[in-house]
Amino acid sequence: MSLLHTINKSPFESNTFDTCLGYALDGSTVLLIEDGVYAATTDTSAAEKIKNASSGVTFAVLGPDLQARGLEGKLADGIKVVDYEGFVNLVAENDSVQSWL
Amino acid sequence: MKFSIQINEGPYQHQASDTAYQFAKAALAAGHEIFRIFFYHDGVNNGTRLAIPPQDDRNIVALWTALAKDNDLDMVICIAAAQRRGLMDADEAKRQGLDADNIAEGFRISGLGQLIEAGIEADRLVVFGA
Repeated sequence: MSLLHTINKSPFESNTFDTCLGYALDGSTVLLIEDGVYAATTDTSAAEKIKNASSGVTFAVLGPDLQARGLEGKLADGIKVVDYEGFVNLVAENDSVQSWL
Repeated sequence: MKFSIQINEGPYQHQASDTAYQFAKAALAAGHEIFRIFFYHDGVNNGTRLAIPPQDDRNIVALWTALAKDNDLDMVICIAAAQRRGLMDADEAKRQGLDADNIAEGFRISGLGQLIEAGIEADRLVVFGA
């Protein structure tokens, strides 16, 4: 069973990013939205954790939220950018959604 | 596919209501069905018709009302959360002996059973929250 995890808080504000990484199994996708997009930026401890996470876990970030924060140029490697349509597709493609709030 | 959406955060509090709105719009545009949108906790504040945001800002309540009208959406406000926060429809205001009601067009007040049903009936339940 594949799971879509969404994270909406900055990893510097909340521990939901770390908790989620502890639970995310191979085959699942972690989507960073709202302030969660800060985890997708280069030169942060969060980006390092994404780099070191299991290769079976896919990471994605919501593009409009990245742009709203002026972070398009700071996107770390290995993270897929999706728009709202892509968000909807991820929800449909996975069996269930876990929103880490 | 059939989606249900749960919103736990009030408008203008942070971003959850905006994200949920954009998600709902994209889901409908992609041809999916939205079984129900359930407003819970501070999310019930999305359904007050007395909200007047500045003219150059988005009117979140009006956006929800318009989306519901255009797509025949079922938008439910949790009654227990609503009563705590002073959101009343006309029937409930009358029952409580209050002199006003404030539910925006397109919203209705009901119980948690509607959230359970939304989870059962839809293929996916997506939660947006504080």
